[in-house]
Amino acid sequence: MKPHTLSVLVENKAGVLSRVTGLFSRRGFNIESLAVGTCEEPGMSRITIVVIGDDEKIEQVMKQLNKLIDIIKVTDLTENERVERELAMIKVSAEPGTSRAEIMQIAQIFRAQIIDVGAKSVILQVVGDTDKIDALEKLLRQYGVKELVRTGRIGMLRGTKTVGVGR
Amino acid sequence: MKTGAKILVESLQREGVDILFGYPGGVVLPIYDELYDSSLKHILVRHEQAAAHAADGYARASGKVGACLATSGPGACNLVTGIATAYMDSVPMVAITGQVPTSLLGNDAFQESDITGITLPITKHNYLLKDSRDVARVVKEAFFIAGTGRPGPVLIDIPKDVSTGVVDKFEYPDKVSLRGYNPTYKGHRRQIDKAIELIVKAERPVIYAGGGVICSNASAELVEFATLLSIPVTTTLMGIGCIPGDHPLNLGMLGMHGTEYANFAITESDLLIAIGARFDDRVIGKAEKFAPHAKIIHIDIDPAEIGKNKRVDVPIVGDTRLVLKDMLALIKKTGAKEAWLKRVKHWKQHHPLKYKKDDSLHPQYIIRQLSELVKGEAVIVSEVGQNQMWTAQWFSFKHPRTWITSGGLGTMGYGFPAAIGAHFARPDLPVFDIAGDGSIQMNIQEMGTAAANNIPVKIAILNNMYLGMVRQWQELFFDRRYSYTELPPVEFVKIANAYGIKGVKVESVDEVVPALKAALDCDGPFVMDFRIEREENVFPMVPAGAAINEMIGGHTPS
Repeated sequence: MKPHTLSVLVENKAGVLSRVTGLFSRRGFNIESLAVGTCEEPGMSRITIVVIGDDEKIEQVMKQLNKLIDIIKVTDLTENERVERELAMIKVSAEPGTSRAEIMQIAQIFRAQIIDVGAKSVILQVVGDTDKIDALEKLLRQYGVKELVRTGRIGMLRGTKTVGVGR
Repeated sequence: MKTGAKILVESLQREGVDILFGYPGGVVLPIYDELYDSSLKHILVRHEQAAAHAADGYARASGKVGACLATSGPGACNLVTGIATAYMDSVPMVAITGQVPTSLLGNDAFQESDITGITLPITKHNYLLKDSRDVARVVKEAFFIAGTGRPGPVLIDIPKDVSTGVVDKFEYPDKVSLRGYNPTYKGHRRQIDKAIELIVKAERPVIYAGGGVICSNASAELVEFATLLSIPVTTTLMGIGCIPGDHPLNLGMLGMHGTEYANFAITESDLLIAIGARFDDRVIGKAEKFAPHAKIIHIDIDPAEIGKNKRVDVPIVGDTRLVLKDMLALIKKTGAKEAWLKRVKHWKQHHPLKYKKDDSLHPQYIIRQLSELVKGEAVIVSEVGQNQMWTAQWFSFKHPRTWITSGGLGTMGYGFPAAIGAHFARPDLPVFDIAGDGSIQMNIQEMGTAAANNIPVKIAILNNMYLGMVRQWQELFFDRRYSYTELPPVEFVKIANAYGIKGVKVESVDEVVPALKAALDCDGPFVMDFRIEREENVFPMVPAGAAINEMIGGHTPS
């Protein structure tokens, strides 16, 4: 059982997301991460799904995904050299004084940006792979993480290879 | 200027729909108003579930796409079992439902249900229309999707304002453009070559043919292929009819209630050629012990079925008919595997299906008599349970599409309405629904439909006053604790009579043939209430999860 990152190219139509996620939920899979957005093809969207499961079960879900009329292409990025990123925003308690300075120092090390500063809190924005974000969150916890929101993972193959429609 | 409803009806006709099974209601009134003047025939059922099953029965018997119509909310929900039945058995069907006006969608409006959401996992595709201008395109796409590739049901949900909305220009599209839908029909040449290599080398080959052979109309090619190479053929429940019942190479059905010789042949085979079959759990039993010595070739149009339940050596994705045609063009007649054929023949002779032949009324005897009377020239529909298995075992089918049954979903109450649909597909043949007293009561209201339209479906009720198959399991696996499986006696002939349908109650062996003849002679619907041996079982039987050669009521291969 290992995490698989699936890149799914779909028609940008109402209901597509539930068609896709339904295939996972009816098999009892829990989706670890999900990201949806428009893509390079007009009228299409790309869904990136991270799901943990054994290889055979994932292969079966991919075949079932391919059968959906509104799905154009399904690729398992896990099999390939790839880059994966997600973005997180973390709201941390930061009273003016030492803790605020420390937080800013940590942010710098993680190449996170401070995107909002309030009287008692700051918002950090960080981009990276899952481990990096997890690590940052862990460090910030001692100051009090008031809220954390993550985009879900997105990924791309390295080099010239693409997961697009191909033409 | 045309309304969405008018465009819908005209589009259905453009798709060659000649009959629609349906039930009116609030939001489909505009559509029904169009049907009032239309030449499109509509059969009013007594429950929407029957509309879906009738469309399904029509589709299976004809090979065309069946169509049904229901209103929103309860009407649409009542179609659900019928849609799921069609989905599990890959039946091409288009279900049209009314929906509340778009302005009320999501408001819990009167008779609103999210039917596209509900049917998401049981349709090949579905649509919620929002614009009258989309009606023609969506109907075109729906019929295309339903009838091509691996067939299946498609639902179109039409809000009332889409039916009433007016479109300036109506042009029926002549083709569809779906970039996410490209079924593979032609088998890969290299895979076909590999398969042929295995077939030529095999010493104990068996063909395992499923419903895919029927739905791609590959029966003639299958028989030619099997005969050319002298390979025995066993069929799944859904594949019955693809090879004549009396063909010397036919081993009958395999699996849980399969013949001993089919299950023995599978178990000892060194090459299994699966054609349009999906290794269902009721067929393969314990997966590791299914064809344990065999290499497996799997031909199927749906790549998701390949390797799903059993590892496959040579997968061939494609239409079974086209793949068989390609193989026939490439393969040469091989010497018959005499030793293997002799062994299979020996099993056939020494382990036939059997039942106790005495004075009591055995269901197997009734099926045999019917089989001999109609000689394969009839459409036989079944309900689900013992009636279904006895028919599958004992009736000798001659043609594809003359055996219609709910295999995958196992829907009790399917048979009678499906038989009604089948009649409209094959008005030239007598249509029988082989029922149990449990199943028939799940859609018995359709006697109203049969009577009102004089639909000559013959209902043969194998009445044992039990939910027989469940009782059988209770007998075998639950220590004869018959928990809620006994049904009080029902006078089915009286019910039939109340609907204006003729019928006869049969209590002894010598009344069987006269009753069947009376049914055949009657030009309308007819009910036979056969009071059969109450605790008759379906044997042989592979207990769930066992290896298929370990049968209750079976033997070790001699």
